[in-house]
Amino acid sequence: MALYNLTIHEASALLRKRDLSAQELTRAVLERIRTTDAQIHSYLIVSEAEALRQAETADRMLAAAEPLPLLCGIPVAVKDVILTKGIRSTAGSQMLAHFVPPYDATVTRRLREAGAVIVGKVNCDEFAMGSSTENSAFLPSRNPWDPTRVPGGSSGGSATAVAADQALAALGTDTGGSIRLPSSFCGVVGLKPTYGRVSRFGVVAYASSLDQVGPFAKDAQDCALMLQAIAGHDPRDSTSVNTPVPDYQASLTQGVDGLRIGIPKEYFVEGMQPAVEAAVRQAIAELGALGARPVPISLPHTEYAIATYYLIATAEASSNLARYDGMKYGYRAPQTAGLVDTYRRTRAQGFGNEVKRRIMLGTYVLSAGYYDAYYLKAQKVRTLIRQDFLKAFETCDLIATPVAPTTAFRLGEKTADPLTMYLSDIFTIAVNLAGLPGLSIPCGFDEKNMPIGVQLIGRPFGEEALLQAAYVYEQATQWHTRKPPL
Amino acid sequence: MRISREEVRQIALLARLELTTTEETELIEHFDKILSYVEKLNQLNTDGVEPTAHAVAVPGPLREDRVTNQADTEALLQNAPAREADFFKVPKIIE
Repeated sequence: MALYNLTIHEASALLRKRDLSAQELTRAVLERIRTTDAQIHSYLIVSEAEALRQAETADRMLAAAEPLPLLCGIPVAVKDVILTKGIRSTAGSQMLAHFVPPYDATVTRRLREAGAVIVGKVNCDEFAMGSSTENSAFLPSRNPWDPTRVPGGSSGGSATAVAADQALAALGTDTGGSIRLPSSFCGVVGLKPTYGRVSRFGVVAYASSLDQVGPFAKDAQDCALMLQAIAGHDPRDSTSVNTPVPDYQASLTQGVDGLRIGIPKEYFVEGMQPAVEAAVRQAIAELGALGARPVPISLPHTEYAIATYYLIATAEASSNLARYDGMKYGYRAPQTAGLVDTYRRTRAQGFGNEVKRRIMLGTYVLSAGYYDAYYLKAQKVRTLIRQDFLKAFETCDLIATPVAPTTAFRLGEKTADPLTMYLSDIFTIAVNLAGLPGLSIPCGFDEKNMPIGVQLIGRPFGEEALLQAAYVYEQATQWHTRKPPL
Repeated sequence: MRISREEVRQIALLARLELTTTEETELIEHFDKILSYVEKLNQLNTDGVEPTAHAVAVPGPLREDRVTNQADTEALLQNAPAREADFFKVPKIIE
Protein backbone atom coordinates (compact mmCIF):
# COMPACT_ATOMS: atom_id res chain seq x y z
CA MET A 1 0.00 0.00 0.00
CA ALA A 2 1.21 3.47 -0.90
CA LEU A 3 1.33 6.29 1.66
CA TYR A 4 -1.38 8.22 -0.19
CA ASN A 5 -3.76 5.28 0.29
CA LEU A 6 -3.76 5.80 4.07
CA THR A 7 -6.82 6.95 5.94
CA ILE A 8 -6.51 9.77 8.49
CA HIS A 9 -6.68 7.41 11.44
CA GLU A 10 -4.07 5.08 9.93
CA ALA A 11 -1.74 7.95 9.05
CA SER A 12 -2.21 9.58 12.47
CA ALA A 13 -1.17 6.36 14.20
CA LEU A 14 2.00 6.15 12.08
CA LEU A 15 2.79 9.85 12.51
CA ARG A 16 2.41 9.62 16.28
CA LYS A 17 4.67 6.58 16.47
CA ARG A 18 7.18 8.53 14.34
CA ASP A 19 7.07 5.75 11.73
CA LEU A 20 6.09 8.37 9.17
CA SER A 21 6.75 12.10 8.86
CA ALA A 22 4.18 14.67 7.81
CA GLN A 23 6.57 15.80 5.08
CA GLU A 24 6.85 12.27 3.64
CA LEU A 25 3.09 11.92 3.67
CA THR A 26 2.53 15.33 2.10
CA ARG A 27 5.11 14.64 -0.61
CA ALA A 28 3.43 11.31 -1.40
CA VAL A 29 0.07 13.06 -1.79
CA LEU A 30 1.57 15.86 -3.93
CA GLU A 31 3.20 13.23 -6.15
CA ARG A 32 -0.11 11.39 -6.44
CA ILE A 33 -1.76 14.63 -7.57
CA ARG A 34 1.00 15.13 -10.17
CA THR A 35 0.57 11.67 -11.65
CA THR A 36 -3.23 11.49 -11.68
CA ASP A 37 -4.77 14.93 -11.91
CA ALA A 38 -4.48 15.30 -15.69
CA GLN A 39 -7.08 12.50 -15.93
CA ILE A 40 -9.63 13.81 -13.44
CA HIS A 41 -8.98 17.55 -12.81
CA SER A 42 -9.70 17.66 -9.10
CA TYR A 43 -7.49 20.65 -8.32
CA LEU A 44 -7.74 24.28 -9.36
CA ILE A 45 -4.59 25.11 -7.45
CA VAL A 46 -2.02 22.97 -5.64
CA SER A 47 -0.40 25.00 -2.88
CA GLU A 48 2.73 22.90 -2.78
CA ALA A 49 5.18 25.26 -1.10
CA GLU A 50 2.75 26.24 1.60
CA ALA A 51 1.70 22.61 2.15
CA LEU A 52 5.32 21.58 2.66
CA ARG A 53 5.79 24.42 5.15
CA GLN A 54 2.71 23.29 7.06
CA ALA A 55 4.00 19.71 7.02
CA GLU A 56 7.31 20.91 8.44
CA THR A 57 5.47 22.66 11.25
CA ALA A 58 3.48 19.48 11.88
CA ASP A 59 6.70 17.48 12.08
CA ARG A 60 8.07 19.88 14.69
CA MET A 61 4.91 19.41 16.76
CA LEU A 62 5.17 15.65 16.36
CA ALA A 63 8.79 15.76 17.54
CA ALA A 64 7.96 17.79 20.64
CA ALA A 65 6.22 15.45 23.04
CA GLU A 66 3.18 17.67 23.48
CA PRO A 67 -0.52 16.94 23.16
CA LEU A 68 -1.07 16.91 19.40
CA PRO A 69 -3.93 18.53 17.55
CA LEU A 70 -6.52 16.23 15.96
CA LEU A 71 -5.35 16.31 12.33
CA CYS A 72 -1.64 16.95 12.87
CA GLY A 73 0.20 16.43 9.57
CA ILE A 74 -2.84 15.23 7.58
CA PRO A 75 -3.00 16.44 3.95
CA VAL A 76 -6.48 17.71 3.06
CA ALA A 77 -8.13 19.50 0.11
CA VAL A 78 -10.55 22.42 0.38
CA LYS A 79 -13.41 23.25 -1.98
CA ASP A 80 -12.76 26.49 -3.80
CA VAL A 81 -15.82 28.27 -2.37
CA ILE A 82 -14.12 28.13 1.05
CA LEU A 83 -11.70 31.01 1.61
CA THR A 84 -8.06 30.25 2.30
CA LYS A 85 -5.91 33.21 3.31
CA GLY A 86 -3.20 33.82 0.74
CA ILE A 87 -4.36 30.97 -1.54
CA ARG A 88 -6.45 31.97 -4.54
CA SER A 89 -10.13 31.12 -4.02
CA THR A 90 -12.23 31.38 -7.16
CA ALA A 91 -15.50 29.60 -6.27
CA GLY A 92 -15.19 28.11 -9.75
CA SER A 93 -16.01 31.49 -11.29
CA GLN A 94 -14.31 33.92 -13.67
CA MET A 95 -15.70 36.60 -11.36
CA LEU A 96 -13.14 35.57 -8.71
CA ALA A 97 -10.48 34.15 -11.03
CA HIS A 98 -7.73 36.22 -9.38
CA PHE A 99 -9.18 36.62 -5.89
CA VAL A 100 -6.69 35.97 -3.09
CA PRO A 101 -8.57 36.12 0.22
CA PRO A 102 -7.11 38.37 2.93
CA TYR A 103 -8.58 36.06 5.59
CA ASP A 104 -9.43 32.41 6.32
CA ALA A 105 -12.91 30.95 6.53
CA THR A 106 -13.58 29.70 10.07
CA VAL A 107 -13.48 26.09 8.82
CA THR A 108 -10.10 26.75 7.18
CA ARG A 109 -8.79 28.28 10.40
CA ARG A 110 -10.05 25.28 12.34
CA LEU A 111 -8.33 22.87 9.95
CA ARG A 112 -5.09 24.80 10.39
CA GLU A 113 -5.50 24.83 14.18
CA ALA A 114 -6.08 21.08 14.03
CA GLY A 115 -2.67 20.77 12.34
CA ALA A 116 -3.98 19.76 8.91
CA VAL A 117 -1.88 20.39 5.80
CA ILE A 118 -3.89 22.13 3.07
CA VAL A 119 -2.56 20.76 -0.22
CA GLY A 120 -4.80 22.78 -2.51
CA LYS A 121 -8.16 24.06 -3.65
CA VAL A 122 -10.51 21.73 -5.46
CA ASN A 123 -12.87 22.29 -8.35
CA CYS A 124 -16.61 22.86 -8.12
CA ASP A 125 -19.57 24.13 -10.08
CA GLU A 126 -19.49 27.92 -10.28
CA PHE A 127 -20.64 29.35 -6.93
CA ALA A 128 -21.63 25.76 -6.00
CA MET A 129 -24.50 25.84 -8.49
CA GLY A 130 -24.71 22.51 -10.25
CA SER A 131 -24.79 18.74 -9.88
CA SER A 132 -21.92 17.63 -12.13
CA THR A 133 -19.00 20.12 -11.79
CA GLU A 134 -19.55 20.90 -15.49
CA ASN A 135 -20.51 24.46 -14.48
CA SER A 136 -16.97 25.20 -13.29
CA ALA A 137 -15.76 28.23 -15.25
CA PHE A 138 -12.37 26.54 -15.64
CA LEU A 139 -12.87 22.89 -16.58
CA PRO A 140 -15.03 19.96 -15.56
CA SER A 141 -13.71 17.38 -13.12
CA ARG A 142 -14.02 13.74 -14.16
CA ASN A 143 -15.07 10.64 -12.28
CA PRO A 144 -12.03 8.55 -11.25
CA TRP A 145 -14.06 5.35 -11.82
CA ASP A 146 -14.73 6.34 -15.44
CA PRO A 147 -13.38 9.65 -16.74
CA THR A 148 -16.14 9.87 -19.37
CA ARG A 149 -18.57 10.33 -16.49
CA VAL A 150 -19.16 13.25 -14.14
CA PRO A 151 -18.12 13.12 -10.49
CA GLY A 152 -21.38 14.78 -9.40
CA GLY A 153 -21.50 18.27 -8.00
CA SER A 154 -21.21 20.81 -6.91
CA SER A 155 -18.29 19.64 -4.70
CA GLY A 156 -17.01 17.37 -7.49
CA GLY A 157 -13.31 18.09 -6.93
CA SER A 158 -13.58 17.30 -3.22
CA ALA A 159 -15.03 13.87 -4.07
CA THR A 160 -12.56 13.05 -6.86
CA ALA A 161 -9.58 14.13 -4.74
CA VAL A 162 -10.56 11.76 -1.93
CA ALA A 163 -11.62 8.91 -4.22
CA ALA A 164 -8.33 9.12 -6.15
CA ASP A 165 -6.18 9.40 -2.98
CA GLN A 166 -5.09 12.95 -3.91
CA ALA A 167 -5.91 14.02 -0.34
CA LEU A 168 -6.71 12.03 2.79
CA ALA A 169 -9.93 14.01 3.18
CA ALA A 170 -11.57 17.16 1.88
CA LEU A 171 -14.07 19.86 2.72
CA GLY A 172 -17.05 20.61 0.54
CA THR A 173 -20.33 22.45 0.84
CA ASP A 174 -23.86 21.15 0.43
CA THR A 175 -26.85 23.38 -0.42
CA GLY A 176 -29.07 20.79 -2.11
CA GLY A 177 -26.90 17.67 -2.24
CA SER A 178 -23.49 19.02 -3.22
CA ILE A 179 -21.60 16.82 -0.75
CA ARG A 180 -23.76 13.69 -0.83
CA LEU A 181 -24.26 13.40 -4.61
CA PRO A 182 -20.54 13.50 -5.52
CA SER A 183 -19.72 11.23 -2.56
CA SER A 184 -22.17 8.71 -3.93
CA PHE A 185 -20.97 9.06 -7.54
CA CYS A 186 -17.29 8.68 -6.54
CA GLY A 187 -17.62 6.04 -3.81
CA VAL A 188 -16.49 8.01 -0.75
CA VAL A 189 -18.11 8.97 2.55
CA GLY A 190 -19.64 12.46 2.63
CA LEU A 191 -21.50 14.24 5.40
CA LYS A 192 -23.71 17.31 5.30
CA PRO A 193 -24.03 18.37 8.92
CA THR A 194 -27.15 19.84 10.51
CA TYR A 195 -27.70 23.45 9.47
CA GLY A 196 -25.87 25.52 12.11
CA ARG A 197 -23.46 22.77 13.22
CA VAL A 198 -20.58 24.25 11.21
CA SER A 199 -19.70 27.90 10.65
CA ARG A 200 -20.32 29.44 7.22
CA PHE A 201 -18.07 32.46 7.91
CA GLY A 202 -15.72 32.91 4.96
CA VAL A 203 -17.63 30.50 2.74
CA VAL A 204 -18.78 32.07 -0.52
CA ALA A 205 -22.55 32.26 -0.05
CA TYR A 206 -24.98 30.64 -2.47
CA ALA A 207 -28.25 30.10 -0.55
CA SER A 208 -27.59 31.09 3.03
CA SER A 209 -30.49 29.28 4.69
CA LEU A 210 -29.40 25.99 3.07
CA ASP A 211 -25.58 26.10 2.71
CA GLN A 212 -23.54 23.94 5.06
CA VAL A 213 -19.87 22.87 5.07
CA GLY A 214 -19.00 19.22 5.58
CA PRO A 215 -16.32 16.56 5.13
CA PHE A 216 -15.47 14.04 2.43
CA ALA A 217 -13.51 11.08 3.74
CA LYS A 218 -12.38 7.55 2.97
CA ASP A 219 -14.36 6.04 5.85
CA ALA A 220 -16.75 6.89 8.67
CA GLN A 221 -14.03 7.26 11.29
CA ASP A 222 -12.18 9.85 9.19
CA CYS A 223 -15.47 11.60 8.54
CA ALA A 224 -16.00 11.83 12.31
CA LEU A 225 -12.50 13.25 12.78
CA MET A 226 -13.02 15.92 10.12
CA LEU A 227 -16.40 16.90 11.56
CA GLN A 228 -14.85 17.11 15.03
CA ALA A 229 -12.26 19.55 13.70
CA ILE A 230 -14.73 21.94 12.03
CA ALA A 231 -17.93 21.72 14.13
CA GLY A 232 -18.99 24.24 16.72
CA HIS A 233 -20.33 27.70 17.37
CA ASP A 234 -18.68 30.69 15.73
CA PRO A 235 -19.51 34.21 16.88
CA ARG A 236 -18.84 35.33 13.30
CA ASP A 237 -21.74 33.26 11.95
CA SER A 238 -24.93 34.15 13.78
CA THR A 239 -26.66 31.09 12.29
CA SER A 240 -24.13 28.70 13.80
CA VAL A 241 -25.73 27.06 16.80
CA ASN A 242 -24.26 27.18 20.28
CA THR A 243 -24.84 23.60 21.40
CA PRO A 244 -22.03 21.37 22.67
CA VAL A 245 -20.10 19.34 20.08
CA PRO A 246 -20.10 15.68 21.11
CA ASP A 247 -17.01 13.45 20.90
CA TYR A 248 -17.80 11.75 17.60
CA GLN A 249 -14.99 9.19 18.00
CA ALA A 250 -16.25 8.04 21.38
CA SER A 251 -19.67 7.01 20.10
CA LEU A 252 -18.49 5.60 16.78
CA THR A 253 -18.43 1.93 17.77
CA GLN A 254 -21.79 1.85 19.56
CA GLY A 255 -23.50 -0.02 16.71
CA VAL A 256 -27.09 0.08 15.57
CA ASP A 257 -28.67 -2.48 17.86
CA GLY A 258 -32.33 -1.60 18.33
CA LEU A 259 -32.08 1.51 16.13
CA ARG A 260 -35.24 2.06 14.07
CA ILE A 261 -34.44 2.86 10.46
CA GLY A 262 -37.24 4.57 8.57
CA ILE A 263 -37.70 3.60 4.93
CA PRO A 264 -39.72 6.32 3.16
CA LYS A 265 -41.84 4.86 0.37
CA GLU A 266 -41.56 8.12 -1.63
CA TYR A 267 -37.82 7.55 -2.12
CA PHE A 268 -38.20 4.28 -4.01
CA VAL A 269 -39.80 5.40 -7.24
CA GLU A 270 -40.42 4.37 -10.84
CA GLY A 271 -37.51 5.08 -13.14
CA MET A 272 -34.76 4.43 -10.63
CA GLN A 273 -31.78 2.51 -11.93
CA PRO A 274 -32.49 -1.10 -10.81
CA ALA A 275 -28.93 -1.64 -9.53
CA VAL A 276 -29.25 1.45 -7.30
CA GLU A 277 -32.52 0.29 -5.76
CA ALA A 278 -31.15 -3.23 -5.24
CA ALA A 279 -27.94 -1.99 -3.56
CA VAL A 280 -29.79 0.41 -1.26
CA ARG A 281 -32.33 -2.26 -0.25
CA GLN A 282 -29.45 -4.66 0.38
CA ALA A 283 -27.75 -2.04 2.58
CA ILE A 284 -30.94 -1.66 4.60
CA ALA A 285 -31.13 -5.44 4.99
CA GLU A 286 -27.52 -5.50 6.17
CA LEU A 287 -28.21 -2.79 8.75
CA GLY A 288 -31.15 -4.99 9.80
CA ALA A 289 -28.83 -7.97 10.16
CA LEU A 290 -26.58 -5.79 12.35
CA GLY A 291 -29.44 -5.18 14.77
CA ALA A 292 -31.32 -2.21 13.35
CA ARG A 293 -35.05 -2.46 12.77
CA PRO A 294 -36.37 -1.18 9.41
CA VAL A 295 -39.77 0.53 9.70
CA PRO A 296 -41.87 1.86 6.82
CA ILE A 297 -42.45 5.63 6.95
CA SER A 298 -43.94 8.28 4.69
CA LEU A 299 -42.60 11.72 3.74
CA PRO A 300 -45.65 12.83 1.75
CA HIS A 301 -44.34 16.20 0.50
CA THR A 302 -41.19 14.73 -1.09
CA GLU A 303 -42.37 15.43 -4.64
CA TYR A 304 -42.54 19.17 -3.90
CA ALA A 305 -38.96 19.48 -2.65
CA ILE A 306 -37.23 20.37 -5.93
CA ALA A 307 -39.75 23.06 -6.83
CA THR A 308 -39.51 24.51 -3.33
CA TYR A 309 -35.73 24.46 -3.46
CA TYR A 310 -35.39 26.21 -6.81
CA LEU A 311 -37.57 29.08 -5.62
CA ILE A 312 -35.86 29.54 -2.26
CA ALA A 313 -32.29 28.85 -3.38
CA THR A 314 -32.45 31.14 -6.42
CA ALA A 315 -34.07 33.93 -4.40
CA GLU A 316 -31.28 33.77 -1.84
CA ALA A 317 -28.67 33.48 -4.60
CA SER A 318 -29.92 36.59 -6.37
CA SER A 319 -29.47 38.55 -3.13
CA ASN A 320 -26.14 36.99 -2.20
CA LEU A 321 -24.59 37.44 -5.62
CA ALA A 322 -25.59 41.10 -5.79
CA ARG A 323 -22.26 41.78 -4.07
CA TYR A 324 -20.30 40.99 -7.24
CA ASP A 325 -20.41 44.48 -8.66
CA GLY A 326 -16.80 44.85 -9.81
CA MET A 327 -15.94 47.59 -7.31
CA LYS A 328 -13.87 46.30 -4.40
CA TYR A 329 -12.75 42.88 -5.58
CA GLY A 330 -13.29 40.45 -8.41
CA TYR A 331 -13.69 41.06 -12.11
CA ARG A 332 -14.60 44.47 -13.58
CA ALA A 333 -15.56 44.88 -17.22
CA PRO A 334 -13.35 47.31 -19.14
CA GLN A 335 -14.77 50.04 -21.37
CA THR A 336 -18.20 50.80 -20.05
CA ALA A 337 -20.57 53.75 -20.25
CA GLY A 338 -21.37 54.74 -16.70
CA LEU A 339 -22.12 52.98 -13.45
CA VAL A 340 -25.13 50.79 -14.28
CA ASP A 341 -23.47 49.72 -17.49
CA THR A 342 -20.33 48.77 -15.52
CA TYR A 343 -22.40 46.61 -13.20
CA ARG A 344 -24.29 44.94 -16.03
CA ARG A 345 -21.27 44.18 -18.19
CA THR A 346 -19.15 43.08 -15.23
CA ARG A 347 -21.80 40.57 -14.24
CA ALA A 348 -22.55 39.52 -17.83
CA GLN A 349 -18.87 38.75 -18.43
CA GLY A 350 -18.01 37.45 -14.95
CA PHE A 351 -20.85 34.97 -14.43
CA GLY A 352 -21.51 31.74 -16.34
CA ASN A 353 -24.86 30.66 -17.79
CA GLU A 354 -26.21 28.64 -14.86
CA VAL A 355 -25.40 31.40 -12.40
CA LYS A 356 -27.18 33.93 -14.61
CA ARG A 357 -30.21 31.64 -14.91
CA ARG A 358 -30.46 31.35 -11.13
CA ILE A 359 -29.95 35.07 -10.51
CA MET A 360 -32.67 35.82 -13.07
CA LEU A 361 -35.15 33.34 -11.59
CA GLY A 362 -34.39 34.52 -8.06
CA THR A 363 -34.82 38.16 -9.00
CA TYR A 364 -38.13 37.31 -10.66
CA VAL A 365 -39.59 35.36 -7.72
CA LEU A 366 -38.65 38.16 -5.32
CA SER A 367 -39.98 40.94 -7.54
CA ALA A 368 -43.11 42.94 -6.81
CA GLY A 369 -46.27 41.02 -7.66
CA TYR A 370 -44.65 37.57 -7.62
CA TYR A 371 -43.23 37.35 -4.10
CA ASP A 372 -46.35 35.80 -2.50
CA ALA A 373 -47.08 33.43 -5.37
CA TYR A 374 -43.58 31.99 -5.54
CA TYR A 375 -41.22 32.82 -2.70
CA LEU A 376 -43.70 32.92 0.17
CA LYS A 377 -45.50 29.85 -1.16
CA ALA A 378 -42.20 27.96 -1.26
CA GLN A 379 -41.38 28.98 2.31
CA LYS A 380 -44.74 27.57 3.43
CA VAL A 381 -44.18 24.29 1.60
CA ARG A 382 -40.76 24.22 3.23
CA THR A 383 -42.58 24.10 6.57
CA LEU A 384 -44.63 21.09 5.38
CA ILE A 385 -41.47 19.29 4.21
CA ARG A 386 -39.77 19.89 7.53
CA GLN A 387 -42.86 18.69 9.43
CA ASP A 388 -42.82 15.46 7.39
CA PHE A 389 -39.38 14.66 8.78
CA LEU A 390 -40.15 15.65 12.36
CA LYS A 391 -43.24 13.45 12.29
CA ALA A 392 -41.27 10.54 10.80
CA PHE A 393 -38.70 10.83 13.58
CA GLU A 394 -41.44 10.06 16.10
CA THR A 395 -41.37 6.46 14.85
CA CYS A 396 -37.76 6.06 13.69
CA ASP A 397 -34.24 7.13 14.67
CA LEU A 398 -32.65 7.31 11.25
CA ILE A 399 -33.92 7.40 7.68
CA ALA A 400 -32.27 5.42 4.86
CA THR A 401 -32.74 6.31 1.18
CA PRO A 402 -30.81 6.26 -2.07
CA VAL A 403 -28.57 9.31 -2.60
CA ALA A 404 -29.52 9.59 -6.27
CA PRO A 405 -31.79 7.68 -8.67
CA THR A 406 -28.82 6.68 -10.86
CA THR A 407 -25.06 6.27 -10.73
CA ALA A 408 -22.79 8.88 -12.35
CA PHE A 409 -23.98 10.05 -15.78
CA ARG A 410 -21.82 10.98 -18.75
CA LEU A 411 -20.32 14.43 -19.28
CA GLY A 412 -22.64 16.45 -21.48
CA GLU A 413 -25.60 14.13 -20.87
CA LYS A 414 -27.63 16.66 -18.87
CA THR A 415 -26.11 20.03 -19.74
CA ALA A 416 -28.63 20.86 -22.46
CA ASP A 417 -31.62 20.78 -20.11
CA PRO A 418 -31.16 22.48 -16.72
CA LEU A 419 -34.34 20.97 -15.27
CA THR A 420 -33.10 17.41 -15.95
CA MET A 421 -29.87 18.30 -14.17
CA TYR A 422 -31.84 19.72 -11.21
CA LEU A 423 -33.69 16.38 -10.86
CA SER A 424 -30.38 14.63 -9.99
CA ASP A 425 -30.85 16.09 -6.51
CA ILE A 426 -34.34 14.68 -6.01
CA PHE A 427 -33.36 12.56 -2.96
CA THR A 428 -30.96 15.00 -1.29
CA ILE A 429 -32.68 18.38 -1.51
CA ALA A 430 -35.40 17.93 1.12
CA VAL A 431 -32.72 17.33 3.76
CA ASN A 432 -31.36 20.86 3.22
CA LEU A 433 -34.83 22.39 3.30
CA ALA A 434 -35.40 20.66 6.66
CA GLY A 435 -31.90 21.56 7.91
CA LEU A 436 -31.10 17.94 8.83
CA PRO A 437 -27.80 16.04 8.75
CA GLY A 438 -27.35 13.62 5.85
CA LEU A 439 -24.56 11.18 5.10
CA SER A 440 -23.68 9.26 1.95
CA ILE A 441 -21.81 5.99 2.29
CA PRO A 442 -20.73 3.53 -0.43
CA CYS A 443 -23.06 0.51 -0.64
CA GLY A 444 -22.16 -1.23 -3.89
CA PHE A 445 -21.54 -0.87 -7.62
CA ASP A 446 -23.69 -1.09 -10.70
CA GLU A 447 -23.08 -3.34 -13.73
CA LYS A 448 -20.62 -0.75 -15.16
CA ASN A 449 -18.63 -0.73 -11.92
CA MET A 450 -19.83 2.75 -10.93
CA PRO A 451 -20.26 3.38 -7.19
CA ILE A 452 -23.67 3.57 -5.48
CA GLY A 453 -24.36 5.44 -2.23
CA VAL A 454 -26.94 5.00 0.48
CA GLN A 455 -28.07 8.15 2.30
CA LEU A 456 -28.66 8.17 6.04
CA ILE A 457 -30.67 11.11 7.38
CA GLY A 458 -30.69 12.01 11.06
CA ARG A 459 -32.49 14.18 13.58
CA PRO A 460 -31.23 17.74 14.02
CA PHE A 461 -27.72 17.52 15.54
CA GLY A 462 -27.91 13.72 15.27
CA GLU A 463 -24.61 13.29 13.40
CA GLU A 464 -23.44 10.72 15.97
CA ALA A 465 -26.14 8.24 14.99
CA LEU A 466 -25.30 8.63 11.29
CA LEU A 467 -21.61 8.01 11.90
CA GLN A 468 -22.31 5.02 14.17
CA ALA A 469 -24.51 3.39 11.56
CA ALA A 470 -22.00 4.15 8.80
CA TYR A 471 -19.13 2.75 10.85
CA VAL A 472 -20.78 -0.56 11.73
CA TYR A 473 -22.03 -0.94 8.15
CA GLU A 474 -18.53 -0.35 6.75
CA GLN A 475 -16.99 -2.88 9.11
CA ALA A 476 -19.48 -5.46 7.87
CA THR A 477 -19.35 -4.72 4.14
CA GLN A 478 -16.02 -3.09 3.17
CA TRP A 479 -17.45 -1.35 0.06
CA HIS A 480 -15.55 1.78 1.07
CA THR A 481 -12.17 0.06 0.62
CA ARG A 482 -12.55 -0.37 -3.17
CA LYS A 483 -10.32 1.92 -5.23
CA PRO A 484 -10.89 3.33 -8.73
CA PRO A 485 -8.58 2.05 -11.49
CA LEU A 486 -6.24 5.05 -11.75
CA MET B 1 -44.83 31.50 -22.94
CA ARG B 2 -45.17 32.50 -19.32
CA ILE B 3 -42.87 35.46 -19.59
CA SER B 4 -42.34 38.05 -22.31
CA ARG B 5 -39.09 39.40 -23.72
CA GLU B 6 -39.99 42.76 -22.16
CA GLU B 7 -40.28 41.12 -18.71
CA VAL B 8 -36.96 39.30 -19.15
CA ARG B 9 -35.34 42.64 -19.98
CA GLN B 10 -36.88 44.26 -16.91
CA ILE B 11 -35.64 41.44 -14.63
CA ALA B 12 -32.18 41.62 -16.21
CA LEU B 13 -32.07 45.34 -15.41
CA LEU B 14 -33.10 44.66 -11.79
CA ALA B 15 -30.47 41.91 -11.60
CA ARG B 16 -27.84 44.18 -13.18
CA LEU B 17 -27.13 41.73 -15.97
CA GLU B 18 -26.58 42.57 -19.61
CA LEU B 19 -28.07 39.87 -21.84
CA THR B 20 -27.68 39.12 -25.51
CA THR B 21 -30.80 38.48 -27.59
CA THR B 22 -29.90 34.79 -27.69
CA GLU B 23 -29.61 34.70 -23.90
CA GLU B 24 -33.00 36.42 -23.61
CA THR B 25 -34.57 33.79 -25.86
CA GLU B 26 -33.00 30.97 -23.84
CA LEU B 27 -34.22 32.51 -20.60
CA ILE B 28 -37.77 32.87 -21.93
CA GLU B 29 -37.72 29.12 -22.65
CA HIS B 30 -36.07 28.27 -19.32
CA PHE B 31 -38.56 30.36 -17.35
CA ASP B 32 -41.38 28.63 -19.20
CA LYS B 33 -40.14 25.20 -18.16
CA ILE B 34 -39.24 26.00 -14.59
CA LEU B 35 -42.34 28.09 -13.87
CA SER B 36 -44.56 25.27 -15.18
CA TYR B 37 -42.62 22.85 -13.01
CA VAL B 38 -42.92 24.89 -9.79
CA GLU B 39 -46.63 25.34 -10.40
CA LYS B 40 -47.09 21.95 -8.75
CA LEU B 41 -46.78 23.76 -5.42
CA ASN B 42 -50.25 25.19 -6.09
CA GLN B 43 -51.67 21.68 -5.62
CA LEU B 44 -50.99 22.16 -1.92
CA ASN B 45 -53.25 24.09 0.39
CA THR B 46 -50.94 26.17 2.57
CA ASP B 47 -53.61 28.29 4.28
CA GLY B 48 -52.55 28.85 7.86
CA VAL B 49 -49.07 27.34 7.34
CA GLU B 50 -46.29 29.49 8.74
CA PRO B 51 -43.42 30.13 6.31
CA THR B 52 -39.97 28.75 7.18
CA ALA B 53 -37.04 31.08 6.53
CA HIS B 54 -34.48 29.04 8.48
CA ALA B 55 -34.81 25.35 9.36
CA VAL B 56 -33.07 25.85 12.69
CA ALA B 57 -34.62 28.70 14.63
CA VAL B 58 -31.80 30.86 15.96
CA PRO B 59 -32.71 33.89 18.05
CA GLY B 60 -30.90 36.97 16.75
CA PRO B 61 -27.80 36.99 18.92
CA LEU B 62 -26.71 40.29 20.38
CA ARG B 63 -23.15 41.38 20.93
CA GLU B 64 -21.47 44.39 22.38
CA ASP B 65 -21.07 47.24 19.96
CA ARG B 66 -17.31 47.49 19.88
CA VAL B 67 -14.62 47.21 17.25
CA THR B 68 -13.03 43.75 17.14
CA ASN B 69 -11.09 43.97 13.89
CA GLN B 70 -8.41 46.27 12.60
CA ALA B 71 -8.66 47.70 9.14
CA ASP B 72 -5.75 46.45 7.06
CA THR B 73 -6.01 48.83 4.14
CA GLU B 74 -3.33 47.18 2.05
CA ALA B 75 -4.85 43.70 2.44
CA LEU B 76 -8.29 45.00 1.53
CA LEU B 77 -7.05 46.85 -1.53
CA GLN B 78 -5.04 43.90 -2.77
CA ASN B 79 -8.00 42.50 -4.72
CA ALA B 80 -9.32 45.83 -6.00
CA PRO B 81 -9.95 45.90 -9.76
CA ALA B 82 -8.62 49.46 -9.74
CA ARG B 83 -7.08 51.61 -7.01
CA GLU B 84 -5.49 54.97 -6.51
CA ALA B 85 -3.35 55.50 -3.42
CA ASP B 86 -5.35 54.10 -0.49
CA PHE B 87 -8.68 54.18 -2.29
CA PHE B 88 -10.84 51.97 -4.47
CA LYS B 89 -11.09 53.58 -7.88
CA VAL B 90 -14.61 53.33 -9.28
CA PRO B 91 -16.47 54.70 -12.30
CA LYS B 92 -18.12 58.10 -11.94
CA ILE B 93 -21.38 57.57 -10.05
CA ILE B 94 -23.03 60.94 -10.56
CA GLU B 95 -23.74 61.54 -14.21
